Amino acid sequence: MTKALISVSGIDATGIIARVATKLSELNINILDITQTILGGYFTMMMVVDLDGANMSFEAIDNELQPVREELKMAIHMQRMDIFDAMHRI
Amino acid sequence: MIETGEILQTLRMIQKENFDIRTITLGINLLDCSDRDAAICAGRVYEKICRIAENLVPTGEHIEREFGIPIVNKRISVTPVSLICQSDPRPIARALDRAAQAMGVDFLGGYSALMHKGATMADERLLSSIPEVLAETKLLCSSVNVASTRSGINMDAVKEMGIIIKKTAELTSATDGLGCAKLVVFANAVEDNPFMAGAFCGTGEPECAINVGVSGPGVVKVALEQVRGQPFDIVAETIKRTAFKITRVGQLVAREASQRLNIPFGIVDLSLAPTPARGDSVAHILTEMGLEMAGAPGTTAALALLNDAIKKGGVMASNHVGGLSGAFIPVSEDIGMIEAASAGALTIEKLEAMTCVCSVGLDMIAIPGDTSAAAISGIIADEAAIGMINNKTTAVRVIPAVGKKAGDRVEFGGLLGFAPVMPVNSFRNEDFIARGGRIPAPLHSMRN
Repeated sequence: MTKALISVSGIDATGIIARVATKLSELNINILDITQTILGGYFTMMMVVDLDGANMSFEAIDNELQPVREELKMAIHMQRMDIFDAMHRI
Repeated sequence: MIETGEILQTLRMIQKENFDIRTITLGINLLDCSDRDAAICAGRVYEKICRIAENLVPTGEHIEREFGIPIVNKRISVTPVSLICQSDPRPIARALDRAAQAMGVDFLGGYSALMHKGATMADERLLSSIPEVLAETKLLCSSVNVASTRSGINMDAVKEMGIIIKKTAELTSATDGLGCAKLVVFANAVEDNPFMAGAFCGTGEPECAINVGVSGPGVVKVALEQVRGQPFDIVAETIKRTAFKITRVGQLVAREASQRLNIPFGIVDLSLAPTPARGDSVAHILTEMGLEMAGAPGTTAALALLNDAIKKGGVMASNHVGGLSGAFIPVSEDIGMIEAASAGALTIEKLEAMTCVCSVGLDMIAIPGDTSAAAISGIIADEAAIGMINNKTTAVRVIPAVGKKAGDRVEFGGLLGFAPVMPVNSFRNEDFIARGGRIPAPLHSMRN
C-alpha cells in the first residue's frame, strides 16, 4: 500500500471536504483517515489515503489535484506517509 | 497510525524550521578513465559522468516532490583527479565542469590531490593548475589533503597551498575571491564526504555510491527553546532526539535515491549544516544554550556537546553513517556566525579552538587581502596539527579578500553567503614556513 498524507488548509467555506473527497473518489483513491479542525475561520484538514487504487504516478495524481486547488483557493499538499513513519516510528 | 501531533511536528520542521536534506551526492569512480592523452581522458570522464549521473537530478526532484522534503543540492563527487591525470589536468577540469553543467547538478567535487606524505608528479601538476581552473570553471570544487594522523603533516604542501590560495583569490578577485570558496585544505580527509568543497570519491569506495547529507540547525534550535534553563543533561537528550528524527529522514531519502537510481547506498552524513537564512544557524543553537553570541566563553564546550549529541542521536537512525558527521561552523554561511564575527565576539583564534570539537575546521572565513602566503600556510599548519594529533578531520577554507581589510565585507551569494573580513595575527612566520619537509606522525600512546 502506498500511503500519502493530503493536507488541505485555507479560509473555511462550504463543501471543501466534499470537493476533495469527490476528486479522490474519481481517481479511485481510498481515504483511510481524516482529521479536520477550524481555528479562527481557518480550515485545516489532513487525510491519509491509499494511492494504489489510482494506478497513476504520484506526480500525475498531484497534477489532478491542481484544478481543486485553484477552485477552492486552498493550499493542498500531498506527500508520502513514509516520511512521517521514518521520523516517528522505529 | 501516526498521530496528528506527529504529522504537524514534521510539517512544522520543514515549513517553519528550515529542515532540509542538504545534498544527495553521487560518488563516481573515474580510475578507469585514465589515459596518457589528456583529451582522451577528458572525453572518457565526460562520457562516464553523463552516463551514471543521468537521472540524478530528476530523481532527486521526484523524491523532493513525493516526500515533501526539500533537497537543496544534488552533487557529484569523483576520484581525485591527480590519480587519473597522467599529463595536463586542465582538460579534465573543463570536462568535469561541462559534465556537471550538463547533468544540472549544483557542484562537482574531486579536483583533488592526496599528498599528506608527499607529492607525485600528477599532484604537483594539479596543484599548480588550481588557481586557473577555479577561476575558469563554475561548478568544480577542489580539495587537497596535506596531513594525516598516520603520516604527519606535509609542510611542503602546506607552504604551497598558502601561495595557491593567494593566487586563486587574485584570479577571482572580481567575485570577492569566490574561487577560494571552492577550495579546501584538509587533514585526515574522508573518502565519502557529500559536502563541498571537500567531496571526492575515495579509492576505497565502490564504483559509485549515494551519500546523503542532512541539515536542520533550525529544528535543533526550536527544540532547545522548549528546555530553557534546564541542565545540560536535558539539553543533550533534546539534541539527540532531534538528531535522530532528522537523520531518519536522511536515511529514507538515501534509500529511495539508491533504489530508484540502482546505485548502492553509501552513507548518511550526520550533519548540521547552516545557511545564511535566519532560523538556519548553528551559532544560534549555541546562543540558545545561554551564550550572548558565538565566541563568548563557554562556546567550545557548547559546541562539543552539540557535536557529540548530533552523532549519538543520528547514529542509531541510519544503518551506515560517515562523511564529516557533526556540526559545521562556516562563518559566511551562518547568520549567527556572521553577526558574532561582525560584533568582534568571534576571532580566528576562537574559531580554531572550536574546530577541535566541531565536525571539520576553519570554514568560509574572509581574511584581509594583504595576508601573506606564509600566514595562510601557518593557519593551515595549525589546523592540520589539531587534526593530526586528535585523530579527526580538520580543514581550512579561507578567502583572502583582495583589496579589502579587516572589517570590510565580502559577498558570495546563495548558500555561500557573506562575511566580514576577519583580522589575522600579523606577527611574522616566514622562517617557520620556509623550512618545508614533514612534521612526523604523532605517537598514539600517552595521550595527554
